[in-house]
Amino acid sequence: MNAIEVNNLTKEFGKFTAVDNVNFNVKQGEIFGFLGANGAGKSTTIRMLIGILEPTSGDALVSGYSIKNQSDLVKKNIGYMSQKFSLYNDLTVVENIRFFAGIYGLDGKKYEERKKWVLKVANLENMENVITSSLPGGIKQRLALGTAVIHEPKIVFLDEPTSGVDPISRRNFWDLINELSDGGTTVLVTTHYLDEAEFCNDIILINAGKLIAQGNSTELKSNYIKNPILEIESDRVVDSLEILEKEKWVGETSIFGNYIHVILNDSTINEQHIYQLLQEKNGIAVKRVEKITPTLEDVFIHLIEKDSKKNVQ
Amino acid sequence: MLVVIFMAPILQLIFLGYAANMDVNVIHTTIYDQDKTSTSRDFIKRFEQSGYFKLDYYVDNYDEVTDLLNEGKTLVAIIIPKDFEKKIKRRETAPLQTLFEGSDGNKASIALGFIQGITTKFSQGIVAETKDKLGMKISLSGSLVPEVRVWYNPEMKTRNYMVPGILGLILMISTISLMSMAVVREREIGTLEQLIVTPIKNYQLILGKLIPFTLIGFVVLIIVLVIMTQWFGIVVRGNKLFLLFTALLFVLSNLGIGLFISTVSKTQQQAMMASVFAIMMPMIYLSGFAFPIENMPKVVQYITYIIPLKYFIIIIRGIVLKGIGFSSLWLETLILFGMGIALLIFSSLRFSKKIE
Repeated sequence: MNAIEVNNLTKEFGKFTAVDNVNFNVKQGEIFGFLGANGAGKSTTIRMLIGILEPTSGDALVSGYSIKNQSDLVKKNIGYMSQKFSLYNDLTVVENIRFFAGIYGLDGKKYEERKKWVLKVANLENMENVITSSLPGGIKQRLALGTAVIHEPKIVFLDEPTSGVDPISRRNFWDLINELSDGGTTVLVTTHYLDEAEFCNDIILINAGKLIAQGNSTELKSNYIKNPILEIESDRVVDSLEILEKEKWVGETSIFGNYIHVILNDSTINEQHIYQLLQEKNGIAVKRVEKITPTLEDVFIHLIEKDSKKNVQ
Repeated sequence: MLVVIFMAPILQLIFLGYAANMDVNVIHTTIYDQDKTSTSRDFIKRFEQSGYFKLDYYVDNYDEVTDLLNEGKTLVAIIIPKDFEKKIKRRETAPLQTLFEGSDGNKASIALGFIQGITTKFSQGIVAETKDKLGMKISLSGSLVPEVRVWYNPEMKTRNYMVPGILGLILMISTISLMSMAVVREREIGTLEQLIVTPIKNYQLILGKLIPFTLIGFVVLIIVLVIMTQWFGIVVRGNKLFLLFTALLFVLSNLGIGLFISTVSKTQQQAMMASVFAIMMPMIYLSGFAFPIENMPKVVQYITYIIPLKYFIIIIRGIVLKGIGFSSLWLETLILFGMGIALLIFSSLRFSKKIE
């Protein structure tokens, strides 16, 4: 059984279509990555799935309940955490926990047990009477996730949970997400970080409200870019890029620090052609040219550029 | 936001320009003429001709006088005793009773001045007339002396009138701003969204906001009441429980207004601006707290009908200064109740819609 089934989900705000006929399924217990640029429609989709925004048309089943006419049941079975880590800053840690536990009707032994669990995952044991505003960002974020799943929901929605958090906290946070997933919780997470997307079992990419790619990270890398990609390391990156972009056989280019990635239109082109063009004709020292398998970043830039071009036409 | 910044001062100046009128132009007067003679009628005519007195009621007994004063329908009652003409003819001192609804001490003393003016002139007229008739010097054996009794506020202190009004003001300011800020604050920090995602019902969410602020409103009320009675020495003459009950109704209207502001404001700053400049200040000017409503132009007077503070100020002044209760204040109480319920329902619906 799928934890989430999304069918032709559409949301219009006046003339603007924020989410355009989107379909996807999320399997029980998996970590599902939801990617897209800012304003692509991720948050609107999530807000519909958690039952606080009515879809214009289409429907979705979350934990088997329709978001359209069973949103109360949906809300009972999900947890939600946004990038704001919405806790009451002027309450203590334990007051926040008690408050959200109270809303979900936890009491007695169950409450004690879950409180202990939240304090453990947030690394706040023996610090329960600390005022929440004084906690560091990473800890606050884990506390927010802990309280968001205090009622042990089957599905948890995380809307850019790691934005503005340092790399180590991000890593710890993902350990917690993995722990939830191992325990059978389905996790739907939106993110801008493509390294985080690599942790996901399944990924979808949306652009301008439309779903433009889906699959696991291996599938995405092999299915959406058929042409070879060369990674070029040279000492004058920007000049090299200008020269390359003038060639007919160069499809798309992008810069990754000292490297340039070039998607080729012509598979007969090889490393030798690059050395010839840059080093011999233009005198740029080329350190390395290598054929690589695309990264998720290559795939997404490729897909979004392709889709945007199509939208312009 | 810009609209509020620039429109609010303009509106305020216009409202205040019309509202800030402390003159006493119209003195609502009740006449109880026990004498019913040509002299007494002549005397009454003087009041009519003065231009300040509006003789709204002619009554036949003291009960009616008392009722009219209690309900605040009349500012002054002039009672002309039975032997008024007789005593004047006999050149004796003729007493005249005037009763004031003195809760607004300022107004009462101005009216008193007018009355003294009219009576002095009237008695001088009698003396002159008698002199003419007899063609001789007479010793003045009597005159017309108004015997003044000011009800509710015998010392005619403005403070006694203002402090109960300030109490209403404070109650309004604290509850409206607390309510509007609290909801907007939760929206800003994101906890509101977090709450909406939980299975909590909208009405539970709204009640969760209303109950604590109602309680806070009551604590504020009790503190200011204690200061009013202990510090300023203003005694609550009426039923204190009735006062608390009407305060509850008033607080409900304010919380409704506060909730409404929270649905139209995105940030706490906006909520503050909206509640202070767009809502509270105009309400204060037009509530009758400082400036008499009857002096305002008719159009502005109609606006005052929708201001809860106006009704609460009438009620609290009535209870504190006059000691009157539901039998005289039922209309204001009912209006306040209706407004409280209507504002709360309207704002709650708007609030629920907004978060969906």
